[in-house]
Amino acid sequence: MNQSSNEPVLQVRDLSVDFPHKDGAFHAIESLSFDLYPGKTTCFVGESGSGKSVTARAIMNIVDPAIITQGSVTIIDSKSQTPLELTSLDTDSEAIRAVRGARIAMIFQEPMSSLSPVHTIGQQIIEAILLHQDVNEAEARKRAIEALAAVHIHSPERAVDRYPFEYSGGMRQRAMIAMAIACEPDILIADEPTTALDVTTQAEILLLIRELQRKKGMSVMFITHDMGVVAEIADDVAVMLNGRIVEHGEVDQIFHAPTHPYTRKLIDASLGLEQSDARPLPARPDTPLIQIDDIRLQFGGHKSWFSKTVHGAVVALESVSLSLWPGEILGIVGESGSGKTSLGRVLMGRYKPVSGNVIYTDRQGRERDLTQAASFRDKQVYREIRMIFQDPYSSLNPRMTVEQIIAEPLKINGLASGHELRERVATLLERVGLSASMMERYPHAFSGGQRQRIGIARAIALEPRVIIADESTSALDGSVRAQILDLLLDLRDELGLSIIFIAHDIGVVRYLCDRVAVMHRGRVVETGLAHQVCDAPIDSYTQRLIAAVPRPDPRQRGLRSV
Amino acid sequence: MTLYLARRLVTMLLTLLALSVVVFVVIQLPPGDFITSYIARLSGSGETIDQAVIDTLRERYQMDAPLLSQYWAWLKGMLHGEFGYSFEMKLPVSEIFSERIGISLAVELLAVVVMWAVAIPIGIYSAVKQYSLGDYFATVIGFFGLAVPNFLFALILMYICYVWFGVTITGLFSPEYMNAKWSLARFLDFAQHVWAPVLVIATAGTAQLVRVLRANLLDELNKPYVLTARAKGLEKRKVIMRYPVRVAMNPLVSTIGWVLPTVISSSFVTAIVLNLPTLSPILLRALLSQDMYLAGALILFMGVLTMIGTLISDLLLAWIDPRIRLGMVGAN
Repeated sequence: MNQSSNEPVLQVRDLSVDFPHKDGAFHAIESLSFDLYPGKTTCFVGESGSGKSVTARAIMNIVDPAIITQGSVTIIDSKSQTPLELTSLDTDSEAIRAVRGARIAMIFQEPMSSLSPVHTIGQQIIEAILLHQDVNEAEARKRAIEALAAVHIHSPERAVDRYPFEYSGGMRQRAMIAMAIACEPDILIADEPTTALDVTTQAEILLLIRELQRKKGMSVMFITHDMGVVAEIADDVAVMLNGRIVEHGEVDQIFHAPTHPYTRKLIDASLGLEQSDARPLPARPDTPLIQIDDIRLQFGGHKSWFSKTVHGAVVALESVSLSLWPGEILGIVGESGSGKTSLGRVLMGRYKPVSGNVIYTDRQGRERDLTQAASFRDKQVYREIRMIFQDPYSSLNPRMTVEQIIAEPLKINGLASGHELRERVATLLERVGLSASMMERYPHAFSGGQRQRIGIARAIALEPRVIIADESTSALDGSVRAQILDLLLDLRDELGLSIIFIAHDIGVVRYLCDRVAVMHRGRVVETGLAHQVCDAPIDSYTQRLIAAVPRPDPRQRGLRSV
Repeated sequence: MTLYLARRLVTMLLTLLALSVVVFVVIQLPPGDFITSYIARLSGSGETIDQAVIDTLRERYQMDAPLLSQYWAWLKGMLHGEFGYSFEMKLPVSEIFSERIGISLAVELLAVVVMWAVAIPIGIYSAVKQYSLGDYFATVIGFFGLAVPNFLFALILMYICYVWFGVTITGLFSPEYMNAKWSLARFLDFAQHVWAPVLVIATAGTAQLVRVLRANLLDELNKPYVLTARAKGLEKRKVIMRYPVRVAMNPLVSTIGWVLPTVISSSFVTAIVLNLPTLSPILLRALLSQDMYLAGALILFMGVLTMIGTLISDLLLAWIDPRIRLGMVGAN
């Protein structure tokens, strides 16, 4: 399978991990066998719960509360060729601790929560260096600064004394990588390191990992659920399903001659978004539903006593003009910090722009200016414009049943009660593809995709005219995401909704949206039909953004080294 | 930093002034005043009191002057260090204070120290070994500590000590040292007595702290940064002490502000049962008999303790948590 002339640095044989449970053990991974080679990247793909992260932790022998029930993990010293078996070592022994961080290092998905909030970046890197290298504190600090410089962090002498929350998302992940490579490990395990980042930052981090890998000849184990990323960086791919590797092979074979049906399904799901055809545009009436006209929004700053100019303000939106037509799905894309979410909040009356207006034509045909608080007073706008949120876990109250969650907006607006209310909730659940018998359960009993369906049911309960979906599918796995997107399309057709879909995922926007507005630093840089913007962008920023999206085909690799 | 401290001190003074108004009003709220409750008590025990004496008392303490001037006289006295006169105990308030404040603070500070010293290791153990035998044991004992009223615990302790060991544990000194000057012998005698009240006062607080620390730490132990630290190759024990414990201490540190005043005001039943010469039984008596100057001074004293405690806990929090120091709470 692998034509590498090298010897493997890590051999995993027949590895199984169980989570003990009172009703018998849950098998997280079962009899995995694979090798990692120096200088090669092996991608592990699969949906959440398929055992990818558990595999990574099992290699480090940090699986508690789970237990490794069988198998071996052998790390082979590249110089002396001495093998060391890790699973038989005590989980807190000196021998295993000498491997962790020094020979196998790991980076994680959420760089903010993976770094201690109360220690500086420097303290955390220096700690790793002092643990494994025989140097004094001053030398360790010097090496930490070198490591930060190696991951291209500006003025590393100053950055070393900063705290993680003073870094941006991309910088935090760089710092995390600096910490991992500070001791020059043979193997780097990267567990979804770019999932929480936007596409342009993702491209930078992927390039950085590849650059470091080439320089140091590291073996990289890269865990992801994004087939585009896999196509971009992998040498080998292992496809995981329910705790087993169902297919393992070279990247080109996996993408162009997959043998397992599940692999084919994963690739089709990612291609489906990429290669979907344009749908006919809905008929456009004379007046738009929402007309955003030249708005400017700023935060902070203070007014001078003598003039009306504001100093030190952060401009979130600058001369933004957009229209939303009835029955249309309008995508708003851009990097984090580009003003997408702020724009959504302006429409909900949460932020008040300093100039410009937003005219919404309500069900009775009256025009309301959404920049005026008075427009929201009779709550009609709140009934007609609803939101679906990004995180299906934190946007549902864990102490309310599904019935209570969905019934709440109906009750607050006095639209139904008692038996009728229950029937409305049942109908809503069925409409979003859930069973009415689920209404007595609490949100924790549902998967991420099901929770997002509950959130959608709550949003459509009041028969709104506009739905604002803020990154509503970015927390979901590929196939679940596709189902939610199709649900939104169906609902649009059935209920005649207009949807504003805020996202950073170009593939999703291309699939779902009729028109797209691209935002960059608070401005709309390009608007147009979704397929035209995604396939043939005109603006130079849009071109860069689209180029940064990894294509799910290893023969079309687009990342270039900087 | 200096600017911050200066600003805090000014706001503390203003708060104190506002507190003095509230204290004064609260003390004046019940109908009557000290003289009427004094007369009521005397006539209750069958004695009578001459009207002339009453009038002299009323005049001497400006009982019939308008409230505002009574308040002003009280405040002016305090600024000069005169806290007034306790009618009930027939002693200047400052004398009562100087007699009891040292002992009181010693007992209560000791109780707080014991509370933390016992609670922190148990809390950490309970969280790290969640659902172990030791955790269940600590939980059960903790709930007993919370549920059993202090005074009952004090009574049980007294009974056990007397019946089984023939020791009386009331008071803080043996009779021969009661009014003696401080000496090594008196200190040793104090040390022999002080354990019982400290134990009684500290139990409930300890149990509460254990529960809080356990819950906080359980939240922190599953955070990804703990895994990062372990993946670095750090020993598990060091990982726990250096990372999650430090973060989990924040909510505890922020309670330092009111821990002393709470201990003082909640320990009065214990103090009465164990006959302790501390401030808390005095506070109860002063409030019951509307002994205005004594009660006012005591409440203000607790207010000062709270404010100093809050300042200390704020400074400590800023010191241990950079997110607070740099003015960004939970930056995402």
